[in-house]
Amino acid sequence: MTTAATECMLRMYEEHYELEDYQSGVPRWCSGCGDNAILAAVQRLCRDEKLRPEKTVFVSGIGCSSRFPHYMKTYGFHGIHGRALPIAEGVKMARPDLHVFVNTGDGDCCSIGAAHWIHAIRYNMNITVFLHDNQIYGLTKMQASPTSPRGTKSNTTPRGSYLEALQPLNVTLGVQNVSFVAQAVDWIPEVLYDIVKAAYHHKGLSFVRIVQRCPEWLPHQNEPWMHDPQKILLLNHEQGLRISPAMAKIYKNQLQHDPSNIDRAREIASQSDPMPVGILYRNPEVPCYEDLRRSGKLRTNEYIKAGLEAEFDKFTIDGRKPTRGKPAESLARSV
Amino acid sequence: MNDTSTLKSVTPAPKQARPPAGKKTVTTLTESVIEVISDSGEGAQRCGQSLGSIAAKMGNGVWTVEIIPAEIRPPARSVAGASGNRIRLGSRRVTNGGNETDLVVAFNEQVLLGRVRTGELKPGCIILLEGIWRENADARIASSYVQTYDRLVAEGYKVYEVPMERECRAFVADAQRGKNMFALGMICNLYSLDLQLARDQIALTFSKKDPSIIKSNVVLLDAGYQWAENHLDFKFRIPAELAVEPQIVINGNTALALGILASGMEVCAMYPITPATSASHYLSDAFEKVGGVVHQAEDEIAACSFAIGASYAGKCAVTITSGPGYSLKQEAIGLAVMAEIPLVVVNVQRGGPSTGQPTKTEQGDLMAAIFGSHGDAPKVVMAVDTIEDCFYSIITARKIAETFNMVVVVLSDTSLASSQQPFPRPTFSPDWLAPPVDQSAIPAGLKPYDWDPVTGLARRFIPGQPNGMHTVTGLAHDRASHVAYDPESNEESIRARSLKLAALQKTLKTPPVFGGESGDLLVVGWGSTRGAIEEAVELMRAEGSKVSSLHLRFLQPLPSGIKEIMQRFKQVMTIESNWSDRPEDEIIDETNRRYSAVAMLLRSRYLIDVDCWSEVRGQPIKPDTIRRVMREKLRKKS
Repeated sequence: MTTAATECMLRMYEEHYELEDYQSGVPRWCSGCGDNAILAAVQRLCRDEKLRPEKTVFVSGIGCSSRFPHYMKTYGFHGIHGRALPIAEGVKMARPDLHVFVNTGDGDCCSIGAAHWIHAIRYNMNITVFLHDNQIYGLTKMQASPTSPRGTKSNTTPRGSYLEALQPLNVTLGVQNVSFVAQAVDWIPEVLYDIVKAAYHHKGLSFVRIVQRCPEWLPHQNEPWMHDPQKILLLNHEQGLRISPAMAKIYKNQLQHDPSNIDRAREIASQSDPMPVGILYRNPEVPCYEDLRRSGKLRTNEYIKAGLEAEFDKFTIDGRKPTRGKPAESLARSV
Repeated sequence: MNDTSTLKSVTPAPKQARPPAGKKTVTTLTESVIEVISDSGEGAQRCGQSLGSIAAKMGNGVWTVEIIPAEIRPPARSVAGASGNRIRLGSRRVTNGGNETDLVVAFNEQVLLGRVRTGELKPGCIILLEGIWRENADARIASSYVQTYDRLVAEGYKVYEVPMERECRAFVADAQRGKNMFALGMICNLYSLDLQLARDQIALTFSKKDPSIIKSNVVLLDAGYQWAENHLDFKFRIPAELAVEPQIVINGNTALALGILASGMEVCAMYPITPATSASHYLSDAFEKVGGVVHQAEDEIAACSFAIGASYAGKCAVTITSGPGYSLKQEAIGLAVMAEIPLVVVNVQRGGPSTGQPTKTEQGDLMAAIFGSHGDAPKVVMAVDTIEDCFYSIITARKIAETFNMVVVVLSDTSLASSQQPFPRPTFSPDWLAPPVDQSAIPAGLKPYDWDPVTGLARRFIPGQPNGMHTVTGLAHDRASHVAYDPESNEESIRARSLKLAALQKTLKTPPVFGGESGDLLVVGWGSTRGAIEEAVELMRAEGSKVSSLHLRFLQPLPSGIKEIMQRFKQVMTIESNWSDRPEDEIIDETNRRYSAVAMLLRSRYLIDVDCWSEVRGQPIKPDTIRRVMREKLRKKS
């Protein structure tokens, strides 16, 4: 990225961050793991958006992808299996001033945490969620996940998995209050970055499913889509992603899709070949739960005291003096 | 308003209420236990609660207990469907629900049977029974009524048939729903309570309703009062001895909720469960007025996780539940322990295991609270022991949680949850409240888990604090919060988390002994049994027995000094509402007997031969039961 010298000077006086400001430790993911590409895109987003590291929180569950916060030099919460979303919701409810991201895997989100996934969409809190979907359990060494395609051979399905794969986009688009759904693939970094950026800028719960490679357990899973650009359906629209000329040259299979059209989004979501990549749905009008629930009033001691005393008043009995409420005597006598 | 002929036409039975001949004698009592029971939805609970408030206003000691059926709408006239209130009135402060009932007002004979069968009524007690069933068009109902009536009379109960519904019909269209205020009027008369105070109480109870509703209820109250005056030949008086100062009359769950308000906590995450939910009901209404949020999560796990997230972000939060929900939260509680995130978890215990007895009381979750969650997961466990304590313990719990970065479990139970007892109106203190979120920069070089080698304490880093960025994790970690599987880091971190309990223990006072400092028998209790145990001890001491009691509010850590107290008594036993094997059972002996929770704790910690007695009848333990147990224990030894 090139910028004018004067602009650089101005930015220096504001806040300036380098990629290194968001990098922490050496990722322990396998070489060729899609998580690396997601990490690169997200660190770039933080730098470009100048997110203050101390005001940024990455929350994750358990699994390969959930190591993510450890590699960000921000605040992070590596929680328990399946519960990243409710933890992140608590963070956001208590502190709307924080930028809250969630990294969750297909087992974490779509299996053990599935209940939280459905309800997180409904709460629609202003949180950016990345579903790192490699279609397999990696950390526990190759078991079929809910998104594994039928027939996937794994340690728990040695003769191939029995059930049709769950489609995360379809599920998400079927929940009331859905406000942002996109799909990316780890092997097209430019589009991945654009989607991550659009997700960050959406106010509400942005759900990004990132189809990613697992070179260790499912090395050939995504090969057809990786090697044949025609098998990728790029969604572009002036209200969605705008495809760069360079990308357009490679990925010629494109679809004009207005992301405000949820019915069309659901149709697109149901197809996997070609695999749609882009923003499927966006509705900035859906209210955020934290805005509905928080009063916005400063909780001073006096404010709390006044509220508490008013509650005490309701239950206080003071000897023989009549308590609050209308005296009943006159009413009784009038009968 | 009423006359004898009406009464006769309604209740042609041999033993019915009769108008007093001449002036009634007023019997002075020191206390009395009254029950008002009906089918669900007939308003007996409102009647009982109002009665409690009126008596408290007069300066009487009061303890009310809800009688709740398990179903929302059990079938009408069912033995298991009794709904209502048990009110114990006394001259002095009343600390528990007391013994068997002295006087009961029943809206039908079936709900009454339920109470008789569970042994809740005192032999020969007074029963004021709705008599309308005698003439019921359904012959089965009428005969069931007559049979029950005859049996109760034969068994020596003083049964008075009262034409409640018929009397009420003169004033309101829906007499079935108005009976409760008629009953209240009768009781006010029978116990010489101030009628005007009762009228005021009705005005207060229905203050949000249309004035015509207040009016009709006051009419019914007056009618009931007058009816008892004209038709019943007895009257009691319980002189009020208490100083009449401003008092709060609430149940334990409302007290917990008010404690949450007063603690300065901002987020309560919950999932509906009996009997904890009524605290959240009240809080949902009141919390927003002080800028708080009650989040009804999608499940118990999410509720706990949500609270942990809020706490992590700097606003210590609370999650409130009952047994089954507590089990579900265990993994998340372990995370908060591991990551050292302050958290208050309230468990309003009910009968277990599994779904158990949702509306019945039990103290069965102590071991789960102390030892629950896998691995070594030290957490603070407190047990509330009075209604007032429900309020103050939450404030204390929040402070401990934030001072020690620990999970604090507060155990209540069904008995406290639904009982009412007046206590002095609290005087607000700014010290109750949580401080504002610390957003100051972290000094260079400080690590997120720089455990103090003596106390295990470390400064908590809160998102928003510059230079504090790190990732908390449920994985084993070192001082920098980096994942660490090396033996040294693992032992160092587990040691630090454990030391915090010892550090807290050093700040706890030895609980006071109730009774004498030494003697023949020490009874140890915890939680809601306090009032009953102390009452029993007081009576036993008055009879000359050298018995005392010790009530534990902190179960983990146990305060210092307990061993020394126990050593001053010849025998020590706990009394608890949970299971312990009965020594008299054929295959139970010292090698296999399972002890009650606190007995087990005391035995293992202090190597003292602590015995226990317990019951799991789903009801609060009665003071008389405790006296019997203590007498037997003393007798066996001597």
